[in-house]
Amino acid sequence: MIDTLGLLSPLPGVSGQETPVREVILDLAARHADEASVDSMGNLFCLKKSGNNQGKRVMVCAHMDEVGLMVARIDSNGLLQCRAVGGIDPRVLMAQQVSVGKDGILGVIGLKPIHLSKPEERTKNPTIQDIFVDVGASSHEEALQSVHVGDVATFTTRFERVGDLVKGKAFDDRVGCAVLLELLKEEFPWDLHAVFTVQEEVGLRGAKVAAFRLDPDLCVVLEGTVCDDLPDKKDRGRTTRLGNGAVITSRDRSVVCDPRLVSTLMKVAEREGIPFQMKRPLTGGTDAGSAHLTGTGVPSCVVSTPCRYIHSPASLLNPRDVETVLRLLRASLEELYSAVGRRSSSSPPC
Amino acid sequence: MEDLVRRLSEAYGPSGAEDGVREIIREEIKEHADEIRVDSMGNLVARKRLADGKVPRIMIAAHMDEIGVIVTHVDEKGFLRVAPVGGLSALFVSACTFVFQNGIVASAGVEPLAGNNVPSMDKLYLDVGASSKGDCPVSVGDIAVYRVSFQSQCGRWIGKSMDDRIGCAILATLFKQATQGNSDLYAVFTVQEELGCRGAVTSAFGIDPHIALAVDVTRTGDVPECLPMNVSLGKGPAIKVKDSGMIAHPAVRERLVHLAEEKNIPYQLEVLTGGATDAMSMQLTREGVPTGCVSIPSRYVHQPGQIVDCQDCLNAVKLLDAFLDKPPFPG
Repeated sequence: MIDTLGLLSPLPGVSGQETPVREVILDLAARHADEASVDSMGNLFCLKKSGNNQGKRVMVCAHMDEVGLMVARIDSNGLLQCRAVGGIDPRVLMAQQVSVGKDGILGVIGLKPIHLSKPEERTKNPTIQDIFVDVGASSHEEALQSVHVGDVATFTTRFERVGDLVKGKAFDDRVGCAVLLELLKEEFPWDLHAVFTVQEEVGLRGAKVAAFRLDPDLCVVLEGTVCDDLPDKKDRGRTTRLGNGAVITSRDRSVVCDPRLVSTLMKVAEREGIPFQMKRPLTGGTDAGSAHLTGTGVPSCVVSTPCRYIHSPASLLNPRDVETVLRLLRASLEELYSAVGRRSSSSPPC
Repeated sequence: MEDLVRRLSEAYGPSGAEDGVREIIREEIKEHADEIRVDSMGNLVARKRLADGKVPRIMIAAHMDEIGVIVTHVDEKGFLRVAPVGGLSALFVSACTFVFQNGIVASAGVEPLAGNNVPSMDKLYLDVGASSKGDCPVSVGDIAVYRVSFQSQCGRWIGKSMDDRIGCAILATLFKQATQGNSDLYAVFTVQEELGCRGAVTSAFGIDPHIALAVDVTRTGDVPECLPMNVSLGKGPAIKVKDSGMIAHPAVRERLVHLAEEKNIPYQLEVLTGGATDAMSMQLTREGVPTGCVSIPSRYVHQPGQIVDCQDCLNAVKLLDAFLDKPPFPG
């Protein structure tokens, strides 16, 4: 599973341009899925059929897209002015290397050297307007040979081990994709619809149409989530902690998770001795925010892997946490179905 | 209706935990319903056919949930850090007493502030009297609501969460008393309105109504030095023209105005500059639903002691009853 993460993490997949990620996932999923299809927005649906499904449908999803930059303007001197795609703190961009456009040409986000910067400049935070990507072009025309307005840029981070942890970009949510690919190898007593969604980072968009298409009995969202466990003098709580196991969400900014699903996840984890932690309420949003409001309402829940420094060039996660997420899903999916049961269809009354 | 308003106002039911409120309403109306069910999000849907034949499905929504604060952390000494559930400002929280579902009461404390600053949520904590994390009787994820007892005086009702328990009381009363009319009534008591009108999204999709109305509160412009607004307590239910989430369908609005004048029911027109109701969600359901809203003027919305006028509420029932009899898009 960590090898799969290592394969997916470096791929460019800024929201709206997930094709490179989708191609690799489709290739990996093809061995285990009975059917695969792509919808008009680019969501990838992989169906694992059950012998005796009776129309029961479970949607498990993870988003393929990641935050990044989009080229908004090319200066006369060939520098690229960019805008954020998804939630990016401009501070994480400074002095980074990025891969730009379809051909993945290298770009450098420059920062004035310390020799030239004034002390007050060094304490000021940049805005996205202050940041330029330098692709080595010396004029507008030269830049146009390899870059266009609308091209996206991602970090060039290598995936590698750091002590017991692994480092890479886009763990939010390639780690969810890696777990979901693993789940496709399992057999379930209902149809498993593994959905790799698009455009989560720009407003939970792909999941909205994916859930409408499937109208499932329940939806489980797999995520890589915020982890803020660095030492802090104040006793104010953490969103999650690395190494403390699978993260169960009770509610975030986008969804109140179905209480039956949340209590089932907790109950199974306790019974099976699977380490888990509850995410701090009301932090972040997920595809469940879209899925649960679909049709007559789809019972939804979220299981995440804690990742330090998400939405930045280099995230860290603990492979043990990823294993825990997979164990929890294997152990609980059938009971999650029983907890909510078959939904009536969303067709209107006559 | 007053006894129902009292019970609903005092009931515990923050967004996502509306069960207690739902049970009060279900008990109140179940005898009068042709069908009654709870959908997968927790909305209570009660149907009553007021006429045979081809009559429009009319969905009237009032939300059961109220604002509150959710525990995000219990520190070693047993103090609680919280985040708002719905639009609750730190200023309101800082001087209030709260109660959890299990009856545990909490006082709000504020860390020292520099100068005359207004507190922010991260400077606030709740104190249940616990002396350590170990003996704290509530945990992360538990939600507390204002602790206020209901009072009837001066022809007004004063209590917590008139937003929107007063709407629930009006809708339940209407549902019980409506016996004839030209509509197929779906009274929907929704969940999670305070989190973005969520319950109405899925319930309206399931019902697929021909016409929809929300019954909710609106603010007033009749208190000292307030933002001007052409709505006052006691001058009748307000017929919404627009708020930040919806522009009422002109035919629905005009029918409400016409009926109020015909039946001599006092009314006011409402243009609300901030805020939205379940009407926002219902209007954009499927191919679109002609939607309006009857608002109850309320002072101090989202504060502990909200005040509404009894006559406004009784008149709202009359106005809605008239609407069910003469909907703007019959059959």
